[in-house]
Order: sequence, then structure tokens, then C-alpha cells
Amino acid sequence: MPDSSAQSTTADLAKRFRAGQVAALARAISIAEDQRPGFEELLHELLTAGPTASRVGMTGPPGAGKSSLVAHVAHAYRAQEERVGIVAVDPTSPFSGGALLGDRIRMNDLATDAGIFIRSMATRGSLGGLAATTKEVLDLVDAFGFERVLVETVGVGQTELEITAAADTVVVVLVPESGDAVQAMKAGLMEIADIFVVNKADRPGAPRLAKEIRQALHLRAGHGVQEPSGHHGVDLTQVARDARPTSTPAVDSEGWDIPVLETNALDGTGVEALVEALGRHRAWLDSSGELDARRRDRARGRVRDVVEREMRRAAWSSMKLQAALDEGVDRIATGAATPYSVARELLAQLLR
Amino acid sequence: MTDSQRRVRVLVAKPGLDGHDRGAKVIASAFRDAGFEVIYTGLHQTPEMIVSAAVQEDVDVVAMSVLSGAHMTLFPRVKELLDEAGADHVLVTGGGIIPEADMEALEARGVGRLFGPGTRTTDAIAYVKEWFAQRETV
Ligand SMILES: Nc1nc2c(ncn2[C@@H]2O[C@H](COP(=O)(O)OP(=O)(O)OP(=O)(O)O)[C@@H](O)[C@H]2O)c(=O)[nH]1
Ligand SMILES: [Mg+2]
Repeated sequence: MPDSSAQSTTADLAKRFRAGQVAALARAISIAEDQRPGFEELLHELLTAGPTASRVGMTGPPGAGKSSLVAHVAHAYRAQEERVGIVAVDPTSPFSGGALLGDRIRMNDLATDAGIFIRSMATRGSLGGLAATTKEVLDLVDAFGFERVLVETVGVGQTELEITAAADTVVVVLVPESGDAVQAMKAGLMEIADIFVVNKADRPGAPRLAKEIRQALHLRAGHGVQEPSGHHGVDLTQVARDARPTSTPAVDSEGWDIPVLETNALDGTGVEALVEALGRHRAWLDSSGELDARRRDRARGRVRDVVEREMRRAAWSSMKLQAALDEGVDRIATGAATPYSVARELLAQLLR
Repeated sequence: MTDSQRRVRVLVAKPGLDGHDRGAKVIASAFRDAGFEVIYTGLHQTPEMIVSAAVQEDVDVVAMSVLSGAHMTLFPRVKELLDEAGADHVLVTGGGIIPEADMEALEARGVGRLFGPGTRTTDAIAYVKEWFAQRETV
């Protein structure tokens, strides 16, 4: 595609995006997702206003009810006249590179609501629970003007750390069948949850799991079991928080008591309490300064991503560097150099 | 990644009131195994739901499984709504119990090739791949 036409398409797309055309949002997402030529310029053009939406991530093992809960929460926000953008990630098949994206099945009654936007994404080889470009896609959905952005990770049940870098509030969804709280601890879920949900509360074992998680959280917070309620809103904790560097782990329980809720996503029991907890967490993020810290962390990560990507591109698209690499490999083959000495030479060239 | 390397995105939809989505699931899995990204939305889809999902997901293809005999209304309706939504670049294809003559009539109205009972999934895959490759070169 000639450059001038790519530019005019970008300008036209940006115009339609700002005019609120859903098809333009959908196309912008595809461009970012595929990292098509010019995608960074397009993002630069569209993301001028900065993040405003409240971003909630849902994570947890396969079939835990993430999509069903996303649909319930979206309904609740629609009832408050808020517009909701949903991004749902499902795995790419390692065998074919194809994917079967089925999260929309649980969201069908939202399908024709003009205040709802749903986008499915395949992981395309990424392992952290999200696709490599999910964060960019969330930025686009945010910039389009949705007040609420909900993102559902792949159900892998292992450390889905990516979600903490993508969302303001992380909801970990477990079910009685996921096993005991020890398994959740082993999977690293205690560290990433702002809110725990034990879904499928219609099944036996839900109260037991909820209780175990509460106990585990108390132990982790160093409270022992003697201190039943929290201490949010105290100025001293605020001071302590402000003294820390902004790159602290996204989740701790300082000033925020991680709620453990039980839900039934089939009939909606407990969804109201979940929505209420989401609201409280958002208020805590605002008042504690944590929202700003998380957004700054996100921005920092994004800049690093782009710099690393560009460095890689710059390195391997340079003929001179390629030639130096070929020549270095010859020397490695004869024992005259090691991969480390050759790498040092290349880096010296690149960073000169 | 150049445009020609990008993944084909397909919405597989099962419109109508009947509760059989076996055919739709078979084609959805076959498309996935062929390397397509398939969005599957489940049973009982109205043309409005299908088109709204197709636009949001920015799909290249909408593939519908129609067994109810309503193909003469469903396929043109989805095509018409896509055109209205500015998504006239989307291929509408599918399969079901559809007589040869109806297939031709629908093709004349802008619907893509349709596949009758007994066609192999490989035929549908080959057709979509070919259509996609051709579209990318224009
Ligand atoms: N009994 C019961 N079933 C539920 C509940 N919530 C969801 N389900 C069912 O569990 C299955 C999986 O639900 P989803 O919402 O698709 O779960 P998910 O976590 O999004 O699944 P993946 O995205 O595939 O990981 C569906 O059949 C739901 O109907 C619940 O509270 N109780
Ligand atoms: Mg799901």
C-alpha cells in the first residue's frame, strides 16, 4: 500500500472513530491487533485524551463463569445508563494458529444494545492470559468513550499477571471445583486479586472455599486471624502508600480489604454485591492515589514496550548489523568468538 | 505483518429457532483447524444480532448454518443489514438444506457460495481461503 493512501485512510478512520462510528472502532482494533503498518501512528492519533474509563479485569480457570459474570455486570452498568466495552480473550490453537472464540455465547442478550461493544481476541501465542495487544485494544475502547471497560482473560488458572497491568480492578473468579485455597495460592491468584468471587455458589463447597480464601488472605496480610475488619481510609496508611515507589506490585491489602463474594451467575445471585464491591474498589483507587499509580505504571510499561519493539526492529532491519551477525557467526563456528562477544559488538554498533 | 498474512476472521452463526447447532459447531471447529479465527455466538441468532456482532468483531466472513428452510429470507436479510452498516466487504456464506436453484438465486442477490448437505468442510475452507486471497490482492 502506498504511503499517502495509508495516511489518508488513517485520517479518515480517526475522523470516523471520533464521530462515534462503531465500525471505525472495530477496524482500529483490528489494525492494532494485527500491528498493521501505521498502527502506532493511529494509536497516537486516537489516544490523546488519556484513560478515563474504569477498567475491570475478570480472570480465573476455564469455565468458572467469567463470561457469564461479565454479562451480568454489564447489565448492571447499562441499568445505570453507562456504556460498556467488553474485550474477551480466548486461546489460539497451538496446532493450527486458528481460534474458536466463544465468550459471546454468554453475552447474547447484550448483542444488539447500542450501549454495549463486545470484541473477542485470540491470544496468538501470548501466554500471560491476554493477547500481546489487548492493552492497546483496551485503550482504544476507553478512548471511544465507554465509561466501563470489562476484560476477560483466557481461563488458564495460572499466573495471569498480565491482567494486573491491563485493568484497574482485578476480579479473580473461582468455583468449588477449582479445588481448595492452597491451589489458588500456588497459582499466584492471591497476589493479583482485588476482589475474589466464588461463582457457582449453587453448588456444594462454595461457602467452604470462600472461608478458606478469607483465612488465607488474612494470614497473607500478616493479620493472623484476630482482626476481623479492616482499616480503610486511615490517613497513616495513605502516607505510607505515598512514600512507596510507584512500581510496587499492583495489589496489596494496605487500606483495601479484599472482599470474598459468592455468586450464582445462572440466576444472578450475588451480582449486586459484586457491582457494589467494584464501586467501592474504584472509590478506594481514587482516594488512595492508587488509580493514578496504576495508570502511571501502565503508561511506563507501554513506553517500554514500544521502545523494545522499535529497538528490535531497528536492530534486525539494519543490513550492517545483519552482516556483522553473519560474520560473527562464522567466528563463533571456528571458536574465535562466543555468542556473548559477538552480541557485545552488535550492541556497541546499535547504540552508538 | 503484511495484510496478506493476517488471519481470516469468521463469524459462525446459527440463526433461527431450531435447537440444532451441530452443523455450526462442526464448521466452526473445522475453520479453527484451518487457521481461521472463529467467533461463535451460539443458537437463536437474529439477523440483527449477527450483523451487530460482525461489525464489532470486524470479521471478513459471516458463515450461517440454516436448516429451518428460512434461507431465502435469512441470507438476504443479513447481507442487506451488513450493507446498511457499511460492511458490504463482508462475505456472506453458509450451508444447510438449500436447493440448487435457491443457491443460485441467492448468489444473484449478493450472497456468496452456499454449501448443501453432504459437502465436505474442506470445500468451504478452500472457498473462503480463495475468496480471501483474491480480495487481498485488489
Ligand atoms: N451451576 C452453575 N453454572 C454456571 C454458573 N455460572 C456459569 N455457569 C455455567 O458454566 C459454564 C461456563 O460459563 P462461562 O461463563 O462460559 O465461563 P468462562 O469462565 O467464561 O469460561 P471460559 O471463557 O471458557 O474459560 C456455562 O455452561 C455456564 O452456564 C453458576 O453460577 N452456576
Ligand atoms: Mg469465557
